[in-house]
Amino acid sequence: MHHTPDRAVDAPLIGRIFREESGRSVAALIAFCGDIDVAEDAVQEAFAIALRRWPEAGVPPNPGGWITTTARKRAIDRLRRDARGRDLLGEVAALAEPDGPEGGGTVPDDRLRLIFTCCHPALSAEARVALTLRLLGGLSTAEVARAFLVAELTMAQRLVRTKRKIKAARIPYRVPEDEELPQRLRSVLAVIYLVYNAGVHNAGIAGPGLCAEAIRLARILSELMPDEPEVDGMLALVLLIESRRASRTRATAPSRCWTSRTVPGGTAP
Amino acid sequence: MARYMLSVHSREGEVREPLTEEEMQRSHAQLGVIEREMAAEGAWVFSARLHEADTATVVHVSGDEVLTTDGPFAESKDHLGGFYLIEAADLDAALGWAAKVTAAIRVPIEVRPLAGFADAPHA
Repeated sequence: MHHTPDRAVDAPLIGRIFREESGRSVAALIAFCGDIDVAEDAVQEAFAIALRRWPEAGVPPNPGGWITTTARKRAIDRLRRDARGRDLLGEVAALAEPDGPEGGGTVPDDRLRLIFTCCHPALSAEARVALTLRLLGGLSTAEVARAFLVAELTMAQRLVRTKRKIKAARIPYRVPEDEELPQRLRSVLAVIYLVYNAGVHNAGIAGPGLCAEAIRLARILSELMPDEPEVDGMLALVLLIESRRASRTRATAPSRCWTSRTVPGGTAP
Repeated sequence: MARYMLSVHSREGEVREPLTEEEMQRSHAQLGVIEREMAAEGAWVFSARLHEADTATVVHVSGDEVLTTDGPFAESKDHLGGFYLIEAADLDAALGWAAKVTAAIRVPIEVRPLAGFADAPHA
């Protein structure tokens, strides 16, 4: 994704980059420092810096790598400031700054681990959906709250409790072993489907966005787990439903309501 | 001798008058005294403080499948916050310890006899 300097770098463009890249950066930062809150804050700060810097300097050739590297520096700064953080840093020192100084190097994709943490069966279904949208989808707490028609404060508390449980109960940050994979994968697929369904039943402006987010999550999962037929099945399912979604509420001849743009992905092997 | 669990229960969402820093320190100091007393008299077996109830996870069997769900197990407003396992001659002795603990922390204590107690099994 290369943006030429003459292209207008504005807040909406950076917003789109945020939606595309923040999940990967948050996942990388959690892998780096082991703390969801520190990771989230650091990635937010990195995007705030981007909002100030990119309009003048242009978008770097690898915006995601730039964000991750910048966020990692912010996280290190923050961790140095408190004692517990310094202990944490000692443990992660060996991993620090594997990339070049201004990013650009390949960032290992930790999103798969993060999906399995967010969708751990020890969390309630609502908690899994909310945390997945927040951490992997890059939705704000307000957006997640709107999507599920709850007050922002309620959603904020739900997210805080969920993260507290992950920390207190030590829900692991890893892809499950083979023998646990089927059950755990089912939980991940259920979350994707719940996100999609929430989009279908949300008549408001958040509806289409949630459907798109579910499809994006299914695509990411399919990229990360190319050998799992269940994942391809879920991607095909949401793509096929998506191609018919417009006709659910419209009295048009069915054949005219398929959205051909999404059908090929749904039927490809 | 019998063994009892003195469990400390907290009520979810209950707004208690928050302890001042001074009260908190006094409470801690009192607990320290009681715990040393328990140990000195051979009553102390084990003690633990638990994380909030919503950090609990429940594992259960459905058919042939083991399922994991979010806890807590009991749909209740009252949750176990921590416990002491003590050894006492009889219930009155156990209640004596419970009285001391509740006076120090101002939270109700349930005293319940243990039906069995196992140390690590021999290999």
